[in-house]
Amino acid sequence: MSSAMLSVKAVETFYGKIQALRSVDLEVRKGEIVTMIGSNGAGKTTLMMTICGSPQARTGRILFEGTDITAMPTHDIMHLGIAQSPEGRRIFPRMTVVENLQMGSILNKDAEATFDEDLKKSYDLFPILKSRETQRAGTLSGGEQQMLAIARALMGRPKLLLLDEPSLGLAPLIVRQIFDVIRDLNKNSGLTVFLVEQNAYHALRLAHRGYVMVNGKITMSATGAELLARDDIKSAYLEGGAH
Amino acid sequence: MSELADKTAGAGQGTHGTASGPKIIGALKDAAIAGVIALLLAIPILSFRTIPGDGGLAMYSRWREVAIAVAAVFTGRLLLNLFWWSQSGTPSRTKASALKSLSSLLSSSTRFIAPAVIIFAFLLPFMPFSNRYIMELAVLVLTYVMLGWGLNIVVGLAGLLDLGYVAFYAVGAYSFALLATTFGWSFWICLPLAGILAAMWGVILGFPVLRLRGDYLAIVTLAFGEIVRIVLLNWYTFTGGPDGISSIPRPTFFGLEFKRFGDNTFAQYFGLEYSSLHRIIFLFYIILILALITNFATMKLRRLPIGRAWEALREDEIACKALGINTTTTKLSAFAIGAMFGGFAGSFFATKQGFISPESFVFLESALILAIVVLGGMGSQIGIAIAAVAMIGGIELFRDLAEYRMLIFGLAMVLIMVWKPRGLVGTRTPSIFLKEKKTISADLVQEGHG
Repeated sequence: MSSAMLSVKAVETFYGKIQALRSVDLEVRKGEIVTMIGSNGAGKTTLMMTICGSPQARTGRILFEGTDITAMPTHDIMHLGIAQSPEGRRIFPRMTVVENLQMGSILNKDAEATFDEDLKKSYDLFPILKSRETQRAGTLSGGEQQMLAIARALMGRPKLLLLDEPSLGLAPLIVRQIFDVIRDLNKNSGLTVFLVEQNAYHALRLAHRGYVMVNGKITMSATGAELLARDDIKSAYLEGGAH
Repeated sequence: MSELADKTAGAGQGTHGTASGPKIIGALKDAAIAGVIALLLAIPILSFRTIPGDGGLAMYSRWREVAIAVAAVFTGRLLLNLFWWSQSGTPSRTKASALKSLSSLLSSSTRFIAPAVIIFAFLLPFMPFSNRYIMELAVLVLTYVMLGWGLNIVVGLAGLLDLGYVAFYAVGAYSFALLATTFGWSFWICLPLAGILAAMWGVILGFPVLRLRGDYLAIVTLAFGEIVRIVLLNWYTFTGGPDGISSIPRPTFFGLEFKRFGDNTFAQYFGLEYSSLHRIIFLFYIILILALITNFATMKLRRLPIGRAWEALREDEIACKALGINTTTTKLSAFAIGAMFGGFAGSFFATKQGFISPESFVFLESALILAIVVLGGMGSQIGIAIAAVAMIGGIELFRDLAEYRMLIFGLAMVLIMVWKPRGLVGTRTPSIFLKEKKTISADLVQEGHG
């Protein structure tokens, strides 16, 4: 593991007067899968969106590959090589699957040359999308939409993939399938992943390192296996257990 | 779709039995209810007529008309019940599928219809039936087709609900009129300038509303439209206020004027006998070409990254940002390009009329253009053209019916929205195809989104 690709330093974010993040420090190194777990309203999505510059952090700094992105507009941040699969999937419902994927390729500077190859890669990762190619994305099932959201993010050939709750509202089987794909992507193509999850068991099993967020603050950080073994984590996030 | 048809037919269906006896009774009962409703409606609407007589209004009763109306409703409903709604076990299916196949035919054969319509349009002035009235109507319809296509960029593609589109029409018209009367420049120089000025105003409107969407955006754009009109009305020294601007130069054909007398007239040069129709036909070709330019530009833009970004913006703004799309420039470009086409149409309007005043740019115009876009099916080029023909042509067609015209007009709009809630052509053609062209069925598209 080399030096930090993304580092978040003492970041605080506010919605009006309400403080959502309290002095958050976090690091994602090249080639890692890092997860952040926390319950509803802990500030996980806020952190994700703050990294993307919407809303922007009020204090603290965010660096991506040495570039200060704290005050950059969202679209410029994304062009540095960050792709996001946002919370709630947010695919373009009236556009076809292939049009959605094409929108993802905007972030890729050589899209003209590599589009076909990238498209094939997406279909290899998620074969179901191939059979849905010309279908309106809004007609896909929840799991298929999540796959599309991830595939769309990958079309931009990102260095860092941000995933916001990919397991949200999906059947356990589909969750496993999606997490397997993330693991393979990391192992085979060295993709760096920052994953925000409520599904602590799956997320911690997948990740090299994990952070725990409570009320906008990071309370713990350790390797995924260590966190998974801790009793307080088990009782707080894994009650009802491994599914 | 079929569900909807089921619902509309449901009132009639519910009372049917399977055997023919109860069926007739049910149908009679249903028709009687419809008759009573018609009677209740007819009493306030139809039964009395006021006629100004000596010393005030005289009231005449019209019970005969009421009786005819009620009888018509009763018989009609009965016949519908007996023969149309209950032909088979699933009566509404056939109707729904017939409608569906009609609309799919319409969208699938666009490839053949569009060129045919364009050729027809080019030949229209030489058709045996075309006369002055038809040509003037065609010019009017094409103006609205062009305005509809221009607004479609903003509303249909980018999903930004603009209730003040007439402002750009006005900016185009006044820019043209002021440039042409002040500097004496010709139509062909002023036209692009007016378009650029309108586009500039599109950006000026765009900036303050960047963060607004939906209802909020609609209100602000509505206000913008009114502001422009009121400024035009009150800035007397510049715009002439309510007096408007008159003697706006007419367009020339490579410097040849359409005049009866003079040295360098169109008729003289081509050795034709002077006819006032020449000018109208010339105007017709100008607006036809302007409208076609709007259409081709839109179709081209949809395939370019900017056009796709517009459509993505309509779908989901946050996802757009997450994919590195600059939503600010995307929105502003949609406003600017939509406004530019509105400006072109405005210049054309000014040169056609020869006289403009703020009265031509009231909110009703914005509403009419928006209605054309919505009825045509937001985003569908051909649907908008059909809607423009139907709306503008329809208003003309029922001119003799005076006050009932708006009633028919309103009824037609309600009916279209009941049967085709996504507009006449509610399908969206994908902008990239793999092997074959597939359209997204209207059934799969939710109402009210976009």
